[in-house]
Amino acid sequence: MADKADVEARLLDEIADICGDDIVREKRDVDLFEEGLLDSMGAIELLVAIEEDFGVSIAPTAVPRDEMNTVDKICAQVLKRL
Amino acid sequence: MSFYEDPSFFILLAAAIVPAAVLGCTGRRIKPWGLVVSVLFLVGLFMGSWEGLLLVACYVPLTFLVSRLVLARVRSGRPLTAATRLVSLACVIGPLVIYKVSTAAGSGILGFVGISYITFKTTQVLLEIEDGLIESLSFIDYLYFLVFFPVFTSGPIDRSRRFMADANRTLDRPHYLDLLGRGIVFLLIGAASQIVIATIFKQWYKPVAFDMTQDVWSQLVSFVQVSYAYGLYLYFDFAGYSLMAQGASMCLGIETPANFRLPFLSHSLEEFWDRWHITLSHWLRDYVFMRMERSLTRHRIPKKRDARAAVGLVADMCLMGAWHGLTPQYLLYGLYHGVLLAIEQIMTHRWRFFRAHRNDVGMKVVMWFITLNLVMFGFSIFSGQLFTFIGGIHG
Repeated sequence: MADKADVEARLLDEIADICGDDIVREKRDVDLFEEGLLDSMGAIELLVAIEEDFGVSIAPTAVPRDEMNTVDKICAQVLKRL
Repeated sequence: MSFYEDPSFFILLAAAIVPAAVLGCTGRRIKPWGLVVSVLFLVGLFMGSWEGLLLVACYVPLTFLVSRLVLARVRSGRPLTAATRLVSLACVIGPLVIYKVSTAAGSGILGFVGISYITFKTTQVLLEIEDGLIESLSFIDYLYFLVFFPVFTSGPIDRSRRFMADANRTLDRPHYLDLLGRGIVFLLIGAASQIVIATIFKQWYKPVAFDMTQDVWSQLVSFVQVSYAYGLYLYFDFAGYSLMAQGASMCLGIETPANFRLPFLSHSLEEFWDRWHITLSHWLRDYVFMRMERSLTRHRIPKKRDARAAVGLVADMCLMGAWHGLTPQYLLYGLYHGVLLAIEQIMTHRWRFFRAHRNDVGMKVVMWFITLNLVMFGFSIFSGQLFTFIGGIHG
């Protein structure tokens, strides 16, 4: 199993790519939906990227939005399922 | 008896709340009483059209059986075949589809009051069972979720896991009293909104056909005025109803989600659909848009991200339009919003200047003004006003 730091680094790259903004690397607790960095389309891209990279499948309504709206929370949700 | 319209409904509602309040204040579960009154209200709703009640009485056990069979399959660990998914979905949404298509063809069959809203709920349960999010399902909980009378006819559309957690909890007295108090306030504000304010705007809604012999400019101005009157009427009517439905739910211990959040303050159409008929647009987002987008993204069809988003948004909104009814005005309304959302999505994603300045005050004012007018123009399609207006050109 990949170690935590490695998983987080790969996820951060994916999130920054999907959000199209490197600010997410600095502000890991900012609400991505509120800031307009992520929308439903971005959320799906992220779920599919997580599926392809980590083999972790998260259904669209499995996690309430407020439990997966920051970089840190996304990392936690993925790590929990690895 | 029409819910939230007939005086008899309000009298019976008050009578139903009294035992609920006694149960709530003494720290007991309201669910058994809530289920009994829901069934009684349904009998009142279908008074005189018993075939509707019969259809509900068949639909609920049938969909329960289908859901339980799928649940057993999921729990056994065997993968669900495409055929199983398709057949179970057809059982759940079949009656609504047959009803909508047959209505468009002339005479609706298999329909009953509340069929749309019950179908949203049964579909949500089925899809979440398939996703492994629902691990157990009792008939009583399922029945209560589907027939819960405050939201039976027109929503808001609740989610089963949330609803059942509310229904199966016992509240302490201060918590219930808080809920009851807010519920009663919601009922009063909702009634004032629907009965008083909406009625005022409704009398200003007088669509007229374009008249070639009259001044064009003044006719356009009055077209805009009438579309605003309709938009405001629809808002105060439906938001008022939704508030009452929320209030009645709260009195029974269920915190039904809100349906409107000051939609006319939106700065974008995406934000508008986060504030207007929220439980419908979020339902479509979660169970149609996101699922469809997930498949498209997995297979990279179409190749470009913006094109994939556009396909999903247009399909999602067209379905929303079709759900209102298979008529030109509703289908065009759906297409209109789908196309606008797709354009907005591309603009937000690609236009760097907009991304950099979208939180500036000036930009926000401009976006608010454009959004509001696009929304109001959408209502002129939805209400049929635009068709009436254009009809005048052809004479």
